[in-house]
Amino acid sequence: MMELVKIIFAAVLVNNCVLVQFLGICPFLGVSKKMDSAVGMSLAVTFVMALATAATWPIQYFLLDPNGIGYLQTIVFILVIAALVQLVEIILKKYMPSLHKSLGVYLPLITTNCAVLGVCINNITDGYGFVASIMNSVGTGLGFLLAMVIFSGVRQRIEHNNIPESFKGVPITLIAASVLALAFMGFSGVIDGIFGA
Amino acid sequence: MEKKSKLSILLNGIIKENPTFILVLGTCPTIAVTTQAFNGLGMGLCVTLVLMCSNIFISLLKKIIPDTVRIPCYIVVIAAFVTIVQFLLQAFLPDLNKSLGVFIPLIVVNCIILGRAEMFANKNSVIDSAMDGIGMGLGCTLALTLVGTIREIIGNGTWMGITLTANMITPFSLLILAPGGFFVFGLMIAVMNKLTKGGVKRKSFDCEGCPTASACQNKEGGCN
Repeated sequence: MMELVKIIFAAVLVNNCVLVQFLGICPFLGVSKKMDSAVGMSLAVTFVMALATAATWPIQYFLLDPNGIGYLQTIVFILVIAALVQLVEIILKKYMPSLHKSLGVYLPLITTNCAVLGVCINNITDGYGFVASIMNSVGTGLGFLLAMVIFSGVRQRIEHNNIPESFKGVPITLIAASVLALAFMGFSGVIDGIFGA
Repeated sequence: MEKKSKLSILLNGIIKENPTFILVLGTCPTIAVTTQAFNGLGMGLCVTLVLMCSNIFISLLKKIIPDTVRIPCYIVVIAAFVTIVQFLLQAFLPDLNKSLGVFIPLIVVNCIILGRAEMFANKNSVIDSAMDGIGMGLGCTLALTLVGTIREIIGNGTWMGITLTANMITPFSLLILAPGGFFVFGLMIAVMNKLTKGGVKRKSFDCEGCPTASACQNKEGGCN
């Protein structure tokens, strides 16, 4: 149990998927302008990450590895994720239209989100078990949420400031992200401090 | 679309529409792998190879692929080439493969490649698409190597593994850590803005530059 809590904390703070592992930077820069869209996008990402891990982990261990076709990992995973995202969208549209309205718009964008594929592959490479993999995915998603929410707050402040002409738009956003990444570096070692090495 | 010469298509990707600095696509590998110039170069060449092959293939198949399922088809083609590149790296450059790690399979979801398939290869001839792929790929390679060079020289005092200033000045190692990646990349885009004086039409973060724009229902541009 302690092990699982540790995995979540590590994924949220220490190995934050955007600011430390550099996964999912496109949505991090693109969707973070407004707080509500940032939250919606991150929740959809977290949900899809957990679901995708639940689908890809058994495929790797029960289908690909026993047949010696582990090298097909990339193709199979991306197709499974793409199909899964479509399926989730159809189900949400049919049974939960209100949720579909708030999260559904972000779903097509998630197929090509490198954080989702990245976390699925990392779970396999790091040799996590099934439950640990799901926990790691949820933690990664929550880390994404945390980074997005903080960053959308930062960006709203940037909007109203007087920025040198050539820094307007993308450059100042990236430099703000760099400062945030600097802050997150302070979390390295926190896990050992809390749980004991 | 007006007829363009092959050379202008090639140069378009390297300078005018540089995928990394002007279109701001494929940001994740740009920041993640550029701790060393050599890694940036390797990553860029892998992207170039995949981009060229997938552009050629998609351009060949553009009449066969049904319009409604084109994105999944593109992804399969791209994933196949990425797997091939992964094999090549494992066989010939195992060290590079190890340092690029998860970012090799993640070339599949690199928006440069899907973006070019959607915006260029499915509308143009095979040779034009190949040229576009090479141009865009080299533009990306150039950008990654440049960012890698700056980060490696200042952050580690070396370049391509050769010791330069490491013995004279204490390297400012923050630049090869996470914040440095964002910082150098942001600075480079600012420099590009200054050099082009905003004369280049910016497509970054617009639906136009987004490969999934056609599938996206978020027409109000909430992602902007």
